[in-house]
Amino acid sequence: MDFLLMNDMGFPILSTLIFLPLAGALILLCIPGENAARNWTMLVTIVTALISLPLYWKFDVTTAKYQFCEQLAWIPSLNINYTLGIDGISLLLVLMTTLLMPLCVLGSWRYIEKRVKEFMICLLLMETSMLGVFMALDLVLFYILWEAMLIPMYLLIAVWGGPRKVYASIKFFLYTLAGSVLLLVAIIALYLHQGTFSIPALMGQDYSSTFQILVFLAFFLAFAIKVPMFPFHTWLPAAHVEAPTAGSVILASVLLKMGTYGFLRFCLPITPEATLTFLPYVLWLSVAGILYGGFTALAQQDMKKLIAYSSVGHMGFVTLGIFVLNQKGIEGAILQMINHGITTGALFFCVGMMYERTHSRELSAAAGVGRFMPVYVAFLTFFSLSSLAFPGTNSFIGEFLILAGGFADYKLVAACAIPGAVLAAAYMFRMLQRVVWGGTNNPDQSNLTDLNLREIVTLAPLLYFVFWIGLSPEPFMNVLHVSVSHLIEQVGVAPGDSVSIAKLMLP
Amino acid sequence: MDTIVSVKPLLAILTALAGSVLVMLSGRKPNVRESWSFVAAVTMFAIIASMITTVAPAPLGQGRTIVYQLFSILPGLSITLRVDAFSMIFAVVASFLWMLAVFYSAGYMRGLHEHAQTRFNACFALALFGAIGVAFSDNLFTLYLFYEIVSICTYPLVAHHQDEEGYEGAKKYIVYLTTTAKGLVLPAMILIYVLTGTLDFPHNIQSGIFPAGTVDSHGVLVTVLYIFCILGFAKNGIMPFHNWLPGAMVAPTPVSALLHAVAVVKVGVFCTTRVMLYVFGTDLMNALNLGIPTAYFVSFTILAASIIALSKDNLKARLAYSTVSQLSYIVLGVALLTTSGIQGGLIHIANHAFSKITLFFCAGAIYVATHKKCISEMSGLGRTMPFTFGAFAIASLSMIGAPPVAGFVTKWKLLVGTMEMETHYIGILLVLLASTLLNVGYFAPVTYKAFFGKRPAGEAYEGIKEAPLTMVVPIMIAAIISVIIGIYPDFIMNFVKAVTG
Repeated sequence: MDFLLMNDMGFPILSTLIFLPLAGALILLCIPGENAARNWTMLVTIVTALISLPLYWKFDVTTAKYQFCEQLAWIPSLNINYTLGIDGISLLLVLMTTLLMPLCVLGSWRYIEKRVKEFMICLLLMETSMLGVFMALDLVLFYILWEAMLIPMYLLIAVWGGPRKVYASIKFFLYTLAGSVLLLVAIIALYLHQGTFSIPALMGQDYSSTFQILVFLAFFLAFAIKVPMFPFHTWLPAAHVEAPTAGSVILASVLLKMGTYGFLRFCLPITPEATLTFLPYVLWLSVAGILYGGFTALAQQDMKKLIAYSSVGHMGFVTLGIFVLNQKGIEGAILQMINHGITTGALFFCVGMMYERTHSRELSAAAGVGRFMPVYVAFLTFFSLSSLAFPGTNSFIGEFLILAGGFADYKLVAACAIPGAVLAAAYMFRMLQRVVWGGTNNPDQSNLTDLNLREIVTLAPLLYFVFWIGLSPEPFMNVLHVSVSHLIEQVGVAPGDSVSIAKLMLP
Repeated sequence: MDTIVSVKPLLAILTALAGSVLVMLSGRKPNVRESWSFVAAVTMFAIIASMITTVAPAPLGQGRTIVYQLFSILPGLSITLRVDAFSMIFAVVASFLWMLAVFYSAGYMRGLHEHAQTRFNACFALALFGAIGVAFSDNLFTLYLFYEIVSICTYPLVAHHQDEEGYEGAKKYIVYLTTTAKGLVLPAMILIYVLTGTLDFPHNIQSGIFPAGTVDSHGVLVTVLYIFCILGFAKNGIMPFHNWLPGAMVAPTPVSALLHAVAVVKVGVFCTTRVMLYVFGTDLMNALNLGIPTAYFVSFTILAASIIALSKDNLKARLAYSTVSQLSYIVLGVALLTTSGIQGGLIHIANHAFSKITLFFCAGAIYVATHKKCISEMSGLGRTMPFTFGAFAIASLSMIGAPPVAGFVTKWKLLVGTMEMETHYIGILLVLLASTLLNVGYFAPVTYKAFFGKRPAGEAYEGIKEAPLTMVVPIMIAAIISVIIGIYPDFIMNFVKAVTG
């Protein structure tokens, strides 16, 4: 197969990354003691992160082919293979996942007090399936890992969650499962058509228009629920609010990205014609999500809900960038996926740290802590600024590219997204103002202690990335260029040339 | 254009940043803290002054441009610092006045026993960090970055008192400034990037960054972008987005003085004029006929704000509306698109700064000495505070535009610039004359009543009782400089002439 570059590292690096956390989870079963469980999980996640780093150095930025590939026959009678590989689109997501996991463990160090071992096992299982989803190049493998993720995530919310954890976890489960069923239908339809489950082999084939439209819709629904796009977002605030800190972070930083990753990996290259047909609707849905998320976030009293709704807005920008179908837009969207993972993850950590102290997520309970927790407030300020796309931070670059891509081809759509940027500033400043200053009748916060070393270590790397991507995004952009232009070729839009059908729908 | 690479502009802005950090670290020792502020101010002024010989045009210096690239972000998008004649007009004035303001605010804050003086001083330095960054921006992105930094860092200063009124004013402040910046400047910046592929300012005021032919192909779009930029930098106080400025007057007076006479509002007009001249350029503005509509548009602000000022009894509110009115002179001058007009507008950045800071300093001194805020209460106060009101009289003459004070130079240049126009000069002349009369109308009574009015009943004359010396000395320095640059405008005029070429 000419689209795969087989792994020549001397050991199967991708399989190692997938199975190391799984093995770690199995060994953890036999380790007694809560602190031992924490330390062991920390060790496993750090080793996984270290092993994943060479992926970046060895990655060949000049080719759009899948790299570090591994292929083994799995169920030959059905032509199902165990195929792994990554390209520029998935590389950054894989690295983000591996680097974020140690921080999640660190952030849950004191937050989780009951059933520590089981919690850590769930985290490790999550890591295995998340990495697998980003690496799988075979639809069956992809689907199994996609589904496998549901169980530990369900447990994370249902066991360690807040007061309404049962409601939230079941809602999360049902929504995602509904999407997954359609995903399965699309997978089987494609298999019956082409006789293969290999994702790269399914791209660019000659499908009829109706077939493409049906497959696109099935894929789209599955991924739109995961992203979540407006109006499929209602599971998200509930899940975020009830999930423990690490669960929220994983949910926001990694799980949501699977939806947008699905668009890029399946919808665009496999069903390009249908993509162009539905493009105007998706663009307007994105704008609706951006504005809806912004307005709703502005009205929240609960900090976690506020950030959850801000995620709806931010992910609206990502889908907007993906579906403007030009180099800037898609590159911006992928970068924004990473940025959102870093920034929103960090914000959830911040809220969690406040929750550990005041046992409340209400804005009013956290009002006016600026005087007593200067370090915390400094971190919160920088992450909030990043979230509202302050120039010089990571999100600015992402939003700038997305909007530049939008303005290049669809001026009206991009112009309608601008109020979303204003709203982001409004709700973030509102939160920041409440937390740092409060009003004239703040609750007494003098008994609060500032961040300890562990918490600073959790947040500092994220802050570093905020400014690294914000000030010098080139190392991150470099890996994207070739893969993204290859993707645009697959969709069949010539650069600078807008889509004819879409033109009819859009000014 | 002759450019050299030098790290000096970076050092200048880092000085303010370092000053702010040192202030935060030495919060427990007020004297050490204030000396850090002062050291930072002096160092920054020294660094900026040391660039004068490089940047100033021929008789004074070499007429070069200093450039220093910090980060390259995307193709055509970078964080780069540049010092040219235009930057120097603003940078020299702002950094000089910072030194005066450090002294003055030490006197003011201690005189009133204000709380949170450490935060106040740290944010003060950060605001200067942003303001000088704006002055030294080489492209629209860097400009926008520092513009936003100024917005954020001045919020704590406006909300300083932390009472209902303070929070309300500060909320208004941040809502106006970030909404306009994000809602108007950001899309304009992105569209300019999409159209041209770059945001770097050219080195002359004629060409702008739009390639030739844009006028024909995207004339309407460019006009819309221009409108976005004029309104988007809402710190320039142009109506209808001026309302944050009177609201922000709840801040302590040194904040009003430095920020709302020098740093913040001047950042606004600096950005506006920088964008008019260096993004759109005079050629394009002439081709699309953008100058005259802009001139009439800001004329409305000049007149309306003056009329509102007439009705204000609170001295700071009157000064605030005076600021709104005077800022539009700067934009008006540039919008005339004639050489003298642009010169008159740009030199007003400096002239207005010195005079208006004097006025605000006086208002603060009056408050510290007598706790009076309203003009109606100040009747006869001139005999108690002769130095303060003397300085006030000089500075208000400058605002009116009477010789030999600085404002006269502006008025002269603006009138000459108006006469150079081919059409519409009658209309603009009438605006200038009417606004001068209005200026007299709202400034003259203050001084007149202070010196010749009757003292309120129950307040006997008890001899001269001025504010502390740390406040009076900066007032006198600023007032004297207002006179000096009125008689010898050449130093700043050199830079202004280098801009217009």
